[in-house]
Amino acid sequence: MIPAPFAYARPTTVDEALQAIADGGEDVKVLAGGQSLIPVMRLRLAAPETVVDLGKVEGLRGVRDDGDAIVIGAMTTHSDVLADPLIAEHAPLIAEATGTVADRQVRHRGTFGGALVHADPAGDLPAVALALDAEFVIVGPGGRRTVPASEFFLDYLTTAVGEGELLVEVRVPKLAGSWGMHYEKFNRVAQAWSIVAVAAVVRRENGRITEARVGLTNMGPTPLRARQVEEALAGAEATAEAVAAASERAADGTEPSSDLNAQADYRQHLARVLTRRAVSTAAGL
Amino acid sequence: MTAVEERTGTPGPDKEIGKARRRKEDARLITGRTTWTDNMVLPGMLHLAVVRSPVAHARITNVDVTAAREAPGVVAVFTGRDLADEQGSLPCAWPVTPDMVNPGHPSIAVDQVNHVGEAVAVIVARSKAAAQDAVELADIDYEPLPVVLDMEQAVAEGADLVHDHLESNTSYHFVFDAGETGTGGDTEQAFSGADVVVSRRFVQQRLIPAFMEPRSAVVQPQGDNYTLWSSTQIPHILRVMAAMVTGIPEHKLRVIAPDVGGGFGGKLQVNPEEILCLLIARRLGKPVKWTETRSESLMTAHHGRDQIQYVDVAADREGNILGLRVRLLADMGAYLRLITPGVPALGAFMYPGIYKFPAYRFECDGVFTNKVPTDAYRGAGRPEATFAIERIMDELAVELGMDPLELRRKNWIDAAEFPFTTVAGLAYDSGDYETATQQALELLGYDELREEQRRRRESNDPVQLGIGISTFTEMCGLAPSRVLGSLAFGAGGWESASIRMLPTGKVEVVTGSTPHGQGHETAWSQLVADSLGVPFEDVEVLHGDTAISSRGLDTYGSRSLVVGGSAVVKAADKVIAKARRIAAHLLEASEDDLEFSGGKFSVRGTPGTGLGIQEIALAIFAAHDYPEGIEPSIDAEATFDPENFSFPHGTHLCAMEVDTETGFVKIRKYASVDDVGTIVNPLIVEGQVHGGLAQGIAQALYEEAIYDDDGNLTTGTFVDYLVPAASDLPHFDTGNTVHAAPGNPIGAKGVGEAGCIASTPAVVNAALDAVRHLGVQDIRMPLTPERVWRAIHQGGDGGDRAPARSNAQAVDSSDAPSTSGGAL
Ligand SMILES: Cc1cc2nc3c(=O)[nH]c(=O)nc-3n(C[C@H](O)[C@H](O)[C@H](O)COP(=O)(O)OP(=O)(O)OC[C@H]3O[C@@H](n4cnc5c(N)ncnc54)[C@H](O)[C@@H]3O)c2cc1C
Repeated sequence: MIPAPFAYARPTTVDEALQAIADGGEDVKVLAGGQSLIPVMRLRLAAPETVVDLGKVEGLRGVRDDGDAIVIGAMTTHSDVLADPLIAEHAPLIAEATGTVADRQVRHRGTFGGALVHADPAGDLPAVALALDAEFVIVGPGGRRTVPASEFFLDYLTTAVGEGELLVEVRVPKLAGSWGMHYEKFNRVAQAWSIVAVAAVVRRENGRITEARVGLTNMGPTPLRARQVEEALAGAEATAEAVAAASERAADGTEPSSDLNAQADYRQHLARVLTRRAVSTAAGL
Repeated sequence: MTAVEERTGTPGPDKEIGKARRRKEDARLITGRTTWTDNMVLPGMLHLAVVRSPVAHARITNVDVTAAREAPGVVAVFTGRDLADEQGSLPCAWPVTPDMVNPGHPSIAVDQVNHVGEAVAVIVARSKAAAQDAVELADIDYEPLPVVLDMEQAVAEGADLVHDHLESNTSYHFVFDAGETGTGGDTEQAFSGADVVVSRRFVQQRLIPAFMEPRSAVVQPQGDNYTLWSSTQIPHILRVMAAMVTGIPEHKLRVIAPDVGGGFGGKLQVNPEEILCLLIARRLGKPVKWTETRSESLMTAHHGRDQIQYVDVAADREGNILGLRVRLLADMGAYLRLITPGVPALGAFMYPGIYKFPAYRFECDGVFTNKVPTDAYRGAGRPEATFAIERIMDELAVELGMDPLELRRKNWIDAAEFPFTTVAGLAYDSGDYETATQQALELLGYDELREEQRRRRESNDPVQLGIGISTFTEMCGLAPSRVLGSLAFGAGGWESASIRMLPTGKVEVVTGSTPHGQGHETAWSQLVADSLGVPFEDVEVLHGDTAISSRGLDTYGSRSLVVGGSAVVKAADKVIAKARRIAAHLLEASEDDLEFSGGKFSVRGTPGTGLGIQEIALAIFAAHDYPEGIEPSIDAEATFDPENFSFPHGTHLCAMEVDTETGFVKIRKYASVDDVGTIVNPLIVEGQVHGGLAQGIAQALYEEAIYDDDGNLTTGTFVDYLVPAASDLPHFDTGNTVHAAPGNPIGAKGVGEAGCIASTPAVVNAALDAVRHLGVQDIRMPLTPERVWRAIHQGGDGGDRAPARSNAQAVDSSDAPSTSGGAL
C-alpha cells in the first residue's frame, strides 16, 4: 500500500492552484482531504503524475451567509460542517447526513467539496445536494461558472468539474416557509457508506405537503431525484397513508447495482421503505 | 462493565490475585512506544516486496524479471525457480490421520500457483518503496487451470483437481466414533430407534483473523547465526520449524517476537515470507525486512472456519437426546499449513457440548480448494462445534414443541455429576450450568423480554424480538502433552517458566507463553507478587526471545494462564523452597520451624524475627554466608504439563430486534455469565470476554471472506470485509460464576476464546427466534440485512450474496494501471 511516485504541489491561491494543475502533466489529481484519493493511490488504482494539494489555498474553507443562500467552501471539512451555525439553521439536512459519514477521524480530514466532486454513488452528500437544489461554483482556465445540482452529477465518479477545473464553493439556497428535512441512511456498520439512503426535504402547510424533494443515494451511478414520489406528494395530505402510497414509487425507473451488500431488487425495496421513513420524519408524521 | 466495578471494591486483603489491575504493558502498547517488528531498522537493511499471483490456479509458463532487476534501488529479484532447491516445504504439524495427503507447501511457487496471492517472485531493494515499485515490472505468464472453489463440488466424482498429481481433492477422512472408542453406544442404533430426528446443514463461513498489526519479519545474519524478528504468536515453535525448513541449525537461529499487535490464531503460523526472509538473508548476507500491507494480509495470511456441517440429532418425544451425528466438509484451502487439518479435528470433541449424549459419531473430510489455506482462528474448531450443537438444540426444541431452555436443562450435565466423562471421552472438570443460566436470565431480564416478544408478535409489529440461548463449554488450556500425542499433534503442550531473583530484590519472570496483547505481564506479576510476597511493581516479565526464554510453547488455545501461569507459580514455589534453606541458615532456625508469608520467613512462635525473600536475594548474591552443599542461588525453573484440559463454560443470552421491513438486525441486549475458574484479574477477564464477544458476534452478523467465481478475494479491503467497531456492538452485561479448575495450581480455566465461542449461536438463535413464526428456519451467516429480508420474504436461508465489491471508495478496476503481479 505504497503509492506510485508522484510530484507534489502546494499552492496558496486558487490561481496558483489552477496553474499547478495546468503545469502538472498528463494526469493531475487535486488533493482535498485525501480520504478518497489517498486510498485509491495506495491501492495503486490511481497513479497521478502530480498531486495538487488544496490544503493551503486561502478562502476555500468555511461557510458564509450570502443573503438568499449560504455558501459552503469546497475545503470545509465534514467536522466544520457539523459545527457550523449557518448550516444548522438553514440546511440541517447537510449536517444530519454529514454526521453519518464515516468516523470522527475521516470527518476531521474529509471535505464537503471533495465528497461532492468524488461523487461516489454510495457517498452521502451528493443526494443531499441534489435534494437541496444546491449550485456548484467551478473555476477553471476559462473563468468561473455555476452549475445546478441537477447538471452536476454526470456519471459514476464523474461530475461537471472538467479537467483543469476546481470546485470552489457550493451555494445552498435558503428555504422560505415551514420545511422539514431528514436523511435516512441504511448501512450495516456505523462507519460505512450507504447501501441505500434517502434525503427528504418536505414543505408542509395546513395539513398538506405542498412540496417534496427526495434524493436517492446509491440507486444508480449518480444520485437521483425520486421525481414520481415528489409528484405524488405535491399537494397530498400529510398522512401516513399518503406518504406510504407515494413512496411505493421511489424505485421507479432506477437501475441500481448488485454487490456484496445488496442485489438490485433488494436495493429497490429499500428505496421504497426508506423513502417512506425519510418523508414521514421530514413531514413530522 | 458494572460487574468489574463491583469487583474492584472487594479484593481480598492485599491479595494481588483478584485485583482489577490496569495492564502494566498497555501504556507502551497503546502509544506505540515500543518495538513492533516493523520498527526495526538495522544498518544496511534491505526491503522485500512480494510479487503475488493474480490468478487462483494456473501453470507458470514464463517468468521475466529482467525489468524488475534493473529498476532503481533494486538489489536482487528471486523467483520460485531460484529458491526451489533450498525452500523445502512449510511444515504441517498435525497429520490427523496416518494416510493424510499433504501435497507440500512451497514458500514461493515454482511451476504452479494454487491460490490468488501466492508468492511468485520476491523483489529485494534498498527501500520499501523501490521494492514495491518494481513489483509491477515483474512479467509472469500464467496458463489457467480450472478453479476449484466449492467444497461440495470439489468432493464430487470427476471434480477438477487443485493438485493434479493427487487422486482427489480430499486430504483426509477423520472419524471419531464413540461406539468404537468405547465412550458411547452405537450411533446407528440410537438413530434407528429414535422418535425424532432433526437434520440440518450449517455453513461456517470463511473468516479472516484481521489482527491489528500486519505481519512483519526481519532477519539479521551474523556469521552463521541468524536472528529472526517476527510479529508471531509462536517464536519458540517458529524457531524449531524454521530450522527444519531452512537447514539453519536450531542453535544458530534466534527468534524474537517483540511486542506483537494481536493474532487471534492468525499468527500461529510458519509463514512463507518468514522462510523467504531467512533464505534471502542467507543468500545476500544482509539484513532484510518484509512487512505486509493490509491488502496482502487479508488476501494471504491464513483464514479461519470455512466448514459445511451436516448435523443430525436423535431424541425421544419427551426430549431425551439419544444420539448425535456430525459430518463435516472442512476447507483446507490450497495447502496444509501448520495445523490446518487439526482445526476441525480438535472441534470433533466439542460437538456434544454440555449434553449427555449416549451415542456420537463424527466424520470430517479435509478438502483442497484454490483459496488461501485455513488454520487456527480464535476458538479453532470449537466455535464451529458449539455453533452446530447450540443451533441444533434449538431446532430440536422447535420440532418437539419444547422450550429451548427446558430441552437443554433436561439433557445437560448436572452440577453434582462433575467430573463427568462425555461421549467424546473428555473428562469435564467442574462447573454448574444451572447457576450460570439463572444468573444470565436475571442479567438479561428474560421474563420481561419474553413478554415484550409476545406483545410484538400479537400486534404484528414490523420490528420483531427474539431471544437466543447458548449454553456452552470448551476445552482450554492446550494441552496435556500425552493427549496431544494421542491426537498425532506434532508437539507437546507443556509450558515453562523461570524466576530470577536479582540482588536488589527485584524479580525477573521468564515465561514461555509469548503474549500478543493478552496482558501476561500484568497477570504473571500478580501471580508472582502473591506467591513471593513481593510488590507487584517489583516484578518484570520477560518473553518472546528464544535467547532469553529458551523453552516455551507460546500463546493459543486459551492456554497461557492455565499452563504458562501454572509454570510460573511452580517456579515461585521452587524459589521459596530454595530460599527457605538459606533463611533457616541465616536465622539459625530449623527449616521446619519457618513459616513463609507476606514475603517473609519467620520463626514460628518468635515474633519480630524474620527475613524477607528480597533480602535473601541480596544475601545469596553476595554468597558470603550460606549453607554447605547447596548452590548459591534461589533462582528456579519449572515446566508444567497439565493432565487434563480445563473446561470453561457459561450461558450467553442475546435479545435481538429484527426489522422485518428491511431485514436489519440489532442486538437489543446481551448477557453472558462465564465460568473461567479462578479470576486472577477481573479487568483482563472482562476485556477478553468483550473482545471475544465482538468477534463471535462479528461472525454471526458481519464478517465473511468471499471469493468471486475466478477465485479472487472480493472482500479484499475493510470496506467489504466488515469488522464491527465498538459503535456497532451493544453494551454487554457480563457476570461470572467461579468453579476453580482442579487441574492446575491457579484454578484457572482460560478465557481467551470463551466469548468468541459462545456468542455466535446465541446471536443467530436470537434472530431466528424473532422470525420463526414468519416461517424462517435458518439464515446463513453473516446475517446481512439482505439475507434476513430474503429469508423472511422469499424463504430459504437468505442465499448467496452477489460477489461484486461494493462500489464505495472504489475506482473501477479497469482504471487500474497494469498490476501484473497484482501486489496491492
Ligand atoms: C473509512 C472511510 C469511511 C467513509 N465513509 C463515508 C460515508 O459513510 N459516507 C460518505 O459520504 N463518505 C464516506 N467516506 C468518504 C469521505 O466522505 C471523503 O472525505 C470524501 O469522499 C472525499 O473527500 P476528501 O476531501 O477526502 O477528498 P479527496 O480524497 O482529497 O478527493 C476526492 C476526489 O475529489 C477530487 N477533488 C477534491 N476536491 C476537489 C475540488 N475542490 N475541486 C476539484 N476536485 C476535487 C480529488 O481530485 C479526488 O479525485 C469515507 C471515507 C473513509 C476513508
